[in-house]
Amino acid sequence: MYKISTGSSIMHCPALLESRSRLKAQMETSVVSAAPDYFTRTRVSRNVNMEKLQNNYLFPEISSRELEHMKKYPHAKVISLGIGDTTEPLPEIVALSMANYARCLSTPEGYKGYGLEQGNKELRKAIAETLYKDLQIKDTEVFISDGSQSEISRLQLLLGSKVTIAVQDPSFPAYIDSGVIMGQAGEFDHASGRYQKIEYMKCGPENNFFPDLHETPRTDIIFFCSPNNPTGQAASREQLEQLVEFAQENGSIIVYDSAYAAFVSDESPRSIYEIPGARKVAIEVSSFSKIAGFTGVRLGWTVVPDELLYSDGFPVLHDFNRIICTCFNGASNVAQAGGLACLSTEGLAAVHSAVDHYKENARILVDSFTSLGLRVYGGVNAPYVWVHFPGSKSWDVFSEILEKTHVTTVPGSGFGPGGEEFIRVTAFGRRDNILEASRRMKSLLS
Amino acid sequence: MHCIQHNPSTTSLSSSASSIHGQNKFSDIRTQSISVRGRDGGRSMIKCIATSSSEKTAYKTQVSRNENLAKLQAGYLFPEIARRRAAHLLKYPDAHVISLGIGDTTEPIPQVITTAMAERSRALSTVKGYSGYGAEQGEKPLRAAIASNFYADVGIEEDDIFVSDGAKSDISRLQVLFGSKVTMAVQDPSYPAYVDSSVIMGQTGQFQKDVEKYGKIEYMRCNPENGFFPDLSKVFRTDIIFFCSPNNPTGSAASREQLIKLVQFAKDNGSIIVYDSAYAMYVSENKPRSIFEIPGAKEVAIEVSSFSKYAGFTGVRLGWTVIPKELLYSDGFPVAKDFNRIVCTAFNGASNIAQAGGLACLSPEGIKAMQDVVGFYKENTQIIMDTFNSLGFKVYGGTNAPYVWVHFPGQSSWDVFNEILEKTHVVTTPGSGFGPGGEGFIRVSAFGNRNNVLEACSRFKQLYK
Repeated sequence: MYKISTGSSIMHCPALLESRSRLKAQMETSVVSAAPDYFTRTRVSRNVNMEKLQNNYLFPEISSRELEHMKKYPHAKVISLGIGDTTEPLPEIVALSMANYARCLSTPEGYKGYGLEQGNKELRKAIAETLYKDLQIKDTEVFISDGSQSEISRLQLLLGSKVTIAVQDPSFPAYIDSGVIMGQAGEFDHASGRYQKIEYMKCGPENNFFPDLHETPRTDIIFFCSPNNPTGQAASREQLEQLVEFAQENGSIIVYDSAYAAFVSDESPRSIYEIPGARKVAIEVSSFSKIAGFTGVRLGWTVVPDELLYSDGFPVLHDFNRIICTCFNGASNVAQAGGLACLSTEGLAAVHSAVDHYKENARILVDSFTSLGLRVYGGVNAPYVWVHFPGSKSWDVFSEILEKTHVTTVPGSGFGPGGEEFIRVTAFGRRDNILEASRRMKSLLS
Repeated sequence: MHCIQHNPSTTSLSSSASSIHGQNKFSDIRTQSISVRGRDGGRSMIKCIATSSSEKTAYKTQVSRNENLAKLQAGYLFPEIARRRAAHLLKYPDAHVISLGIGDTTEPIPQVITTAMAERSRALSTVKGYSGYGAEQGEKPLRAAIASNFYADVGIEEDDIFVSDGAKSDISRLQVLFGSKVTMAVQDPSYPAYVDSSVIMGQTGQFQKDVEKYGKIEYMRCNPENGFFPDLSKVFRTDIIFFCSPNNPTGSAASREQLIKLVQFAKDNGSIIVYDSAYAMYVSENKPRSIFEIPGAKEVAIEVSSFSKYAGFTGVRLGWTVIPKELLYSDGFPVAKDFNRIVCTAFNGASNIAQAGGLACLSPEGIKAMQDVVGFYKENTQIIMDTFNSLGFKVYGGTNAPYVWVHFPGQSSWDVFNEILEKTHVVTTPGSGFGPGGEGFIRVSAFGNRNNVLEACSRFKQLYK
């Protein structure tokens, strides 16, 4: 059994191992609860860090709520604007390149076994040259991953249990959860909704979604996501300069998540390395998921600059390389072929077209909520719309929206206590679904 | 730091074991090797050297290096082998270097499998066929196919299966699951990822140079004298026991009787076995292919496996881990539930295209194709075994695994490795890279195209006649 705290009440729900299938996929549930006493227990203690975790990871939880709802209303057309799952098909050029690569693996000339753990050299070069043009990132500083979520945990493994971390509040849950799992956090404090030992940097309308760094104590590591999931805010150049300066003064390392950089519409920086001095203080993690629809294909990258040094002068890159060689064996070569195709001229154009589609979705959603008199944030530089419901409990709003409009969103408090009173609506979806969802919300909320 | 192309005259490749296990402090080793694969599949080396002037004035953060990383003695074994190979290629640019070192598959993937991957790729560009995030535990049909093909008779079900991007990643995820406070035992010699991931997780003490072991790890010696099965009466209790069968590197496959003993040992001690069955399809004799063939194993064991060595998926990246529902922590909490949480948080599923390939692997046609590939490598293994046998060496393994474990009594395995490389241009793997129990042995892997394997063997005959 797991418990979801909504603040005012504790809801008990059966623990489910859920698939995160879409409507058209099969629904499967299997129950894993505390096993009956007739199984012999081992004498291995459960990892106390796992015990500290409060409940399921956020997104499987959203999935399971959605599935429950679908069972309750088998004829409802549930629209998922919850999990940020891409919906637009891959560009043909990308799909074809992967198909060809796969076929070549059946030929003596085209067969490839183990690739370099750091990733295919051509792909690393293409990322450095195309996505970090003029930023002096070397291909040897680019590590190809199977996506940010895996990489964030590998970075935590690198950094170890003794580092202190700061996160934005609200933030993508993987930073906190992976930190808890690695042993960087203390116990969860129910009153505040925070894990002890983690520094939560509040980001809200009152501070323009940028933390007040004067009030922020030093931590070793600062996780910073821009454009931001879930608030949709992109930090300005001035704000990032402040952040880099703050990191320099404190000797901290920024882990900068730029997964949504492709959605930037204005002059906001797309990479932390646009800020002078960032090479000495920042790691950047990114992904093909939201740029290219690779959420299932699994491909991303991490930049670790040569100049980034531990306090004893040891290069972080050297240890990260060791982690990659020991705990990983490279991203799938087929996925990497697809990544390379994305970065071709034709590929980039096709990929931008999908991003534009999602941005238009975001605009539609922003307009809809704004027309209802709601305070709406994000949606301009990111595929997330952050809607304020002052005085509310976000899980209650989530439940009401789901119950009454059959639209799944994500309650802001799932991203940290700073998300309370907010709902995240993703702009990933087929256009007709986005329009339909907007209509339904308008009926409910007007 | 600046990067220079490797210059052989400035390299000192020491052959002694101690230099390989030398201190990995930045102050001692000012070079960092990044190996780069060339078109011929060979790796060339780029060295990055920190100049002392930049080091003095270079900005440093105030973040302490993870002391667990500092405990590691050298690079991971296989990049080191690759580096040696690359250096050798630079030294002898016209030599036909043959790689029987890293266990890298060479035979193309059967068409039934790549066709499925190509079709899935194309489908992703259509509205109907597009899929985004998949279940972190893996696609349902693949989990079902793994359960029915490999575990039908032992009661392992679809939802006990977690699809991975390969055994190596899952070994580290299991270590993250177990945490830093567990104790672990490994066979000696063993696949280096178990020990190295344990060090990284903080489960171990410092490396002890005199015995070439990390503190707090229980090393279970496996050698010809004990039939490559540890004397469990001499093994201290640990929380976790890593056991690989058929074994990398020794090639030995445990018998049913031996595994019954192992399961009993784990039961008596309340331990969890992490059973690596990546080479199960290479079993020829009447030996178990899964730990779950042993009654009672479900309450003590996790099994990790991979498509790498069956389907040539070393680059495609696909494997699986079995965690039975019956496996419980001391407080009764199911291990699978926590692993599920790890998989949902620290991972996002194996590539959907790789999974489509995996499903094709498990079709009747795919199974037959994989058996043919395995059969091909087994023929290679036989050729290698025959060669060393004919030269009068004591040869182990090979029958149930794609590795031949050759004994060179009284010799340093790195010295033998170097001599073989220097004189025959064949890359092998020195046994001590797998632990002190590997000293005096060389691992020859049987992955290679037939001509290369035959050529390598004729060179061995020349060298050792």
